[in-house]
Amino acid sequence: MHSVPATRREARRRVSNLRRREALTGWLFASPWIIGFLLFTVGPMLFSMYTSFTRYNMLSAPQWIGAGNYVKAFQDRFFLVSLENTGWMVLVQVPLTIGLALLVAVLLDRNLPGSGVFRTIVFLPTVLGGVAAIFLWRWILAPNGLLNSGLEGLGIRGPSWFSSASWTKPGLVVMSLWFIGVNVIIFLAGLRGIDRTLYDAAEIDGAGPLARVWYITLPLLSPTTFFLTVTSVIGVFQIFTTAFVITSTSDTVGGPKHSMLFYVLYLYKRAFGQDVGPGGFEMGYAAALAWILFVIILLITGLQLLLARRWVHYGSS
Amino acid sequence: MMGPLVRRLRSMTAFDWVAWLLLAGIAALFLVPLFWMLSTALKTPPDLRGNHWLPNPFAWDNFVRVFSFGRWGVWAMNTIIITGVGVIGMVFSCSLVAYSFARLRWPGRDIVFGLVLATMMIPGVVLWIPQFMVFARMPAFGFQGSEVWVNTFLPLIMPPLLAGSSFNIFLFRQYMRGIPASLSESARIDGASDLQIYARIILPLSKPVLATVAVLTFQGGWQDFMGPLIYLQSERLYTLQLGLRQFEFAAGGSPAWNWIMAASLVVMLPVIIVFLAFQRYFMDGMSVTGSGVSK
Repeated sequence: MHSVPATRREARRRVSNLRRREALTGWLFASPWIIGFLLFTVGPMLFSMYTSFTRYNMLSAPQWIGAGNYVKAFQDRFFLVSLENTGWMVLVQVPLTIGLALLVAVLLDRNLPGSGVFRTIVFLPTVLGGVAAIFLWRWILAPNGLLNSGLEGLGIRGPSWFSSASWTKPGLVVMSLWFIGVNVIIFLAGLRGIDRTLYDAAEIDGAGPLARVWYITLPLLSPTTFFLTVTSVIGVFQIFTTAFVITSTSDTVGGPKHSMLFYVLYLYKRAFGQDVGPGGFEMGYAAALAWILFVIILLITGLQLLLARRWVHYGSS
Repeated sequence: MMGPLVRRLRSMTAFDWVAWLLLAGIAALFLVPLFWMLSTALKTPPDLRGNHWLPNPFAWDNFVRVFSFGRWGVWAMNTIIITGVGVIGMVFSCSLVAYSFARLRWPGRDIVFGLVLATMMIPGVVLWIPQFMVFARMPAFGFQGSEVWVNTFLPLIMPPLLAGSSFNIFLFRQYMRGIPASLSESARIDGASDLQIYARIILPLSKPVLATVAVLTFQGGWQDFMGPLIYLQSERLYTLQLGLRQFEFAAGGSPAWNWIMAASLVVMLPVIIVFLAFQRYFMDGMSVTGSGVSK
């Protein structure tokens, strides 16, 4: 080893030198995130907080109008329609996607032959996003498309999905069922955490497979279900690309009778679109809408945390 | 080889068989859209009517002809550059930052890490308009022919270069904390600097997280639509996602679904291949985020 320090004072100096160097290295290594945080999060948030109280079209200086944008939102017919559409998706899509994911996860958890392959197949669509996946579903849900052909085989006359105002959102829900992979994987992880001896004990007591799912799996899985509900609701509030691509050939904002005008799509239209308001670049108003969305998501998450106490079962051991 | 399977099949109860059939049915339904995509891509226009399962005849040249329209080469190159810089930038910057949180002691560290966790709570779209307003003013000094960041790759590649994913930092940090301190201590005694310890010991040991971050960043970047849509205005800067939509517009009133499906399939193919090769890392990463609802 190196030379032993002659005095305690020198030893202490060396230690504090090392500490100082470590501190410097620490800050230096963390600096990419700190710079990015200031540049891409703090700066934009402060700037948009300010512009949300102004009229601002990016060409001339922002004009202070106080709470005007926030007041305007709640008198804005399109804004209220977008909230209603988004709310519809939350109420229908979230339970259906979580329910189907739970069913698939419970089946996969039985470890039947071929489970690995089935899991891969169910998970694959989840990684496929973007415009290509949306085109695929527009084609499947075309009035003369594959799904309607299949329904015809069952004697049902299918709707015209994305071109009929009352069927656009159900169409999006059908599409969302293809993307449940992540929920399935998270449910599977939750299922693996359940103590198998509970099932054996229940079986000895004469509980059938369905009773075991109802009395053991569902209650013990409720923290997972809760987590997925929160993230799914937040996800629905962020729907954009699907609605944007599907409605971009439509003459009305958000497709037939504005039925796919969702929150973020409307926000986009206010900021960049030509088809609502006085011709786009209403950045002040768009910034206000972004802040309202932030508050809505916070409130929903808070509400769900409160409700969770009534139905989420965190282990009692 | 077959012994255990036969035993397994024998031990299956009636309920197991019902469950298996249900599962097989669901899996088959999940495959139908992809099969349909391929089948449509190989059809001739008159063959599109009637929804037959198999093309008759097989129009293989759809895959060649579809790419004679539009600037696919440029769009593919742009996508490769943006995604490539994104993946490399994300892996190295996030792991470096995570090293600092996991293996170094510095005043303020826990507060800064608290901020990292807090930003994970901010939904991306909330920052969308705010970032656009800032990028529309941030000087680009003529990079890609633009005075400001908007209409260059910068808004898409700078965030990943500056560790712009709290989630990835979190993943790396959790993993790096589990690596025994003795490994870096012995290297330090041998005179290695922190940069050397990070590059030669900690990063190579973090391979599973590295792979997870890389495949998820690739998948997200390759298929990102929102970002390119608002930041890239000139067609020469378009990515495949924007190009694909442009191509569909050009197809006009009655969409040529066979061509649209052929182009879509090719755009999607790299993601399918990467998924099949690195499935485990996708599952590991996505099961932590819980972000899978289609947006």
